[in-house]
Amino acid sequence: MSGLEDLYREIILDHYRNPRNRGELDTPPAKRIEAFNPLCGDEVVVYLNVEDDKIADIKIAGQGCSISQSSASLMSQAVKGKDISAARELIRSFKAMMSIHESKLESTSSEELDEDQQVEDVVVNPEAMGELAALQGVVKFPVRIKCATLSWNALAQGLDEIEEEANSSK
Amino acid sequence: MTSKTKLDSIDSTLQKEPLDVSEIRKDFPLFESREGAISESTHPPITYLDSAASSQQPRQVLSAMESYYETTHANVHRGVYAMAEESTRRFEEARSKVGRFINAPLPEVETVFTKNATESINLVAQTWGRRNLKPGDVVLLTIMEHHANMVPWLMLAAEIGFELRYLEITDDGELVIDDLEKKLEGVRLVGITLMSNVLGTINDISSIASMAHRNGAVVLADGAQYVPGMPTDVQALNCDFLAFSGHKMLGPTGIGVLWARKSLLEEMPPFLGGGEMIDDVRLDGFMPTAVPWKFEAGTPPIAEAIGLGAAIDYLEKIGMDKVREHELKLVSYAMNSLKERFGDDLTIHGPADPSRRGGVLSIAYKGIHPHDLAQVLDEYGVCIRAGHHCAKPLMRRLGVPATARASVYIYNDHHDIDVLSEALAKAGSLFGDAIT
Ligand SMILES: Cc1ncc(COP(=O)(O)O)c(C=O)c1O
Repeated sequence: MSGLEDLYREIILDHYRNPRNRGELDTPPAKRIEAFNPLCGDEVVVYLNVEDDKIADIKIAGQGCSISQSSASLMSQAVKGKDISAARELIRSFKAMMSIHESKLESTSSEELDEDQQVEDVVVNPEAMGELAALQGVVKFPVRIKCATLSWNALAQGLDEIEEEANSSK
Repeated sequence: MTSKTKLDSIDSTLQKEPLDVSEIRKDFPLFESREGAISESTHPPITYLDSAASSQQPRQVLSAMESYYETTHANVHRGVYAMAEESTRRFEEARSKVGRFINAPLPEVETVFTKNATESINLVAQTWGRRNLKPGDVVLLTIMEHHANMVPWLMLAAEIGFELRYLEITDDGELVIDDLEKKLEGVRLVGITLMSNVLGTINDISSIASMAHRNGAVVLADGAQYVPGMPTDVQALNCDFLAFSGHKMLGPTGIGVLWARKSLLEEMPPFLGGGEMIDDVRLDGFMPTAVPWKFEAGTPPIAEAIGLGAAIDYLEKIGMDKVREHELKLVSYAMNSLKERFGDDLTIHGPADPSRRGGVLSIAYKGIHPHDLAQVLDEYGVCIRAGHHCAKPLMRRLGVPATARASVYIYNDHHDIDVLSEALAKAGSLFGDAIT
């Protein structure tokens, strides 16, 4: 039973039952990113408002299992109000925490592989992860890693797109 | 896990069971002991409730394949030596067993071996479909089809430009056929699953088929779920094509079947090209050989066909009437006992009347996501399937992203259902009244 308790920690169940930052933002100005796990139909929608290189607001919509939804909720809490660079740092750390099996699960293109390589180099400091460390137990259940990383991939994609747009309008 | 008193009371109902499950389980290496064969010794005994995805194999099937490899392996149809002849004989014997099992009028001629039900349906789409369907024609399917009986038609429709039309379902998971006559206008082929792999619904296609035939359409039956658990008679079903897979009916993976009327098979062009399927090849053309071999290019899955033949021997020894009776009893028991225990917290998708369904139960419980449910159940050794079951359009119709599906077969009994029930209760208390 220990594995299950590791997976479904109280924090995770709490965020599943009472998701934080749930809702939508007006687009534009907000950016809307949708991520999908075709395996189980999990769906996470991230709404992002970036002002002055800061994540001014973030909202989460969508539906899915306890892992995908609690991870999104925890993520929204962790990055709200943060600088983009700090948010990116957190994405890297989180993906490193989850990377133990993920690279094996994904049929990655060489481009993505390089990113994974970078991820491996990040040293995860559990202290710095705060409540996010509760999701650590997921790595013991390889099929569920995709659930946990779904919202993080959406966030990363959103930040990329926002920065690209900012650069191209400069 | 289950309280002793409860089990005792169940045992008394076991007296006149159609099948002796404990005897049957002795034939299955996986169940030899209730421990199952999983590697981690800490893992609880296996409660296998995922036969709708793939069944387990009895020793008789495994040893038929092993004996073939150990004593007579040689390629079929080409050898002159005695061993190659024996190999061919066993392969063709398996074919006629399969044909007789579904009461084919011409078992040796009308039974085509494929890789699985999916390939069988693709074969029909790519040969019969490609030859006969034109822009403006209609293919009529149902929204409860497995992707295997949807995507091949979507692919072909994108190329040829015919219309796809669908039969809807009622809230009880039954096909809506009130407006069938109208739906059949312009239809050249009707593709219907004989049993839904999600809802369990058994579709009575013989009357649909009569009407389709009157309208000049042919009928393809997807028997992937039906054939393993029901006495199957293609003549009574009144279909023109029947597709099914060996691995869901005690056979190995890698072998599937397409049955079709001889007249249809003969007018269909070949499927894959290569050896085995030709009579003559010249630099500027070829002559396909006779059916069924015309559709079996290349070296076939010989051992797998022999394994499927052994699976059919096994099922026939039990009797398909008994198999059906057993599944019906078990599904009734499961529906009653789960409803009684969980009340409105639990919903079972599909027909409420167990006699309208096969051995699958898609469960929604307390809003717990199917993935979470399956994860907790695994902790108790209960193997169920969570996901969209390759039926995304149906999931949309049901308004759910996924379901948790338990399915039973000849080696399952009341005890398995009780373990499922107990594990569901654990999941319920873990997740409490969570949920969006
Ligand atoms: C109703 C139905 N049709 C077709 C299939 C496809 O079977 P296979 O994957 O063996 O080709 C399945 C398997 O899940 C099924 O349940």
